[in-house]
Amino acid sequence: MRRCVRIAGLAAVVMAAMVLLLAGLPNVTANTQQAVSATAEVKVDNFSFGPGTLTVAVGTTVTWINGDDIPHTVVSTDGVFKSKVLDTDEKFSYTFAKPGTFPYFCSIHPKMTGKVVVQ
Amino acid sequence: MAGKIKDELLHDHNNDGVDRRGFLKCMAWAGTGAFCVMQGGVLKSYSMSQMSQLGGKAAAGELSFVQISDSHMGFNKPANPDVVGTLKAAVDKINGLAMPPEFMLHTGDISHLSKPEEFDTVDQILKSATPKDVFYVPGEHDVLNDDGKQFLERYGKGSKGAGWYSFDKKGVHFIGLVNVLNLKAGGLGTLGHEQLEWMEDDVKPLKHSTPIVVFAHIPLWTVYPEWGWGTEDSAQALAYLKKFGSVTVLNGHIHQTMQKVEGNVTFHTASSTAFPQPQPGKADSPGPLKVPTEQLRSLLGITDVNHVQGQHALAVVDSTLE
Repeated sequence: MRRCVRIAGLAAVVMAAMVLLLAGLPNVTANTQQAVSATAEVKVDNFSFGPGTLTVAVGTTVTWINGDDIPHTVVSTDGVFKSKVLDTDEKFSYTFAKPGTFPYFCSIHPKMTGKVVVQ
Repeated sequence: MAGKIKDELLHDHNNDGVDRRGFLKCMAWAGTGAFCVMQGGVLKSYSMSQMSQLGGKAAAGELSFVQISDSHMGFNKPANPDVVGTLKAAVDKINGLAMPPEFMLHTGDISHLSKPEEFDTVDQILKSATPKDVFYVPGEHDVLNDDGKQFLERYGKGSKGAGWYSFDKKGVHFIGLVNVLNLKAGGLGTLGHEQLEWMEDDVKPLKHSTPIVVFAHIPLWTVYPEWGWGTEDSAQALAYLKKFGSVTVLNGHIHQTMQKVEGNVTFHTASSTAFPQPQPGKADSPGPLKVPTEQLRSLLGITDVNHVQGQHALAVVDSTLE
């Protein structure tokens, strides 16, 4: 009998743990979602950045992908970030830790300009 | 080409300098070859088909050199998977010229990605050219990642600043300029204050009758600013050349032949040896233009330049790789 009680007690502890776990789950899920949404992409195609103006939340990692047959760069006008030269399909990422407006351009083809607005 | 257009054309020299009709006609010749002679400030153009009818005087000068451009070694995309082959074809073309050129000008974008092996390959191929001297200026593809340090080490011996220099050949003064560094957001090619000052001093002691040849990668005239095909401060450079009777400006970058005459200055852009680009505004953006394989070599080429001493004339002849 005592054994049964002990098992029941154990079951209760397990149950409690499960409830705790369940209670905790939405938070975990929410955090994960936030991490996933904190990325954004800029496509470099036909000698232009798309979108030309990208608005993101603080902490977002922005990735530029060069889809052209010609190399490009991503260089902050104010010296905040600077990519190496990106050949076709190569990428560059930068995480925006502070709010502000960050204009940038391709230092090889300076007519190509864009900006990231971090809120 | 439409058969109605006359093969000979006389350019007007108004102060605005642009003969739109003539400009377009020269454009129409791109890829078929144009022969242009400047005499006493008047440019006469002939199609290649008329070359045989011209007297030897115009075709055979006392100084002959050849311009090649935009070899983009390392490029391997569909627009031309064999840039080695087309550069070799350009060298064959040079070696087959009736009047052997004394030297070559390379107006930049030697490499595609500034990789040492790309420069090495071009050096190797150009060794088989009859003219042994090659004078280079960098394109934006030659100064990637290091602000042109490697370019200077390889080709910049005796040059000033970022690689600009001048030299004289048989009474013609050549000026090689660098307009692909320190480019500003939203802007065009840039020469910069230091280079402009140097240039002003460089041409100061020259006689007004000295023929001048300026060569640089990005056009020193505004071809199409929307695509960055021009140089911010080229007007200042050209102002220093106003006193000279004969000025020829040779550029690359746009991968197609174009010509314009403005006052005493003849502007000319050369074909690429690697791949063509669209005509200004005829596509969403600049960039490698894929054409049917059998057409490619008719859009690539070299430029042969002859100077006839005492005639005030520089004859510029484009020929395709076919």
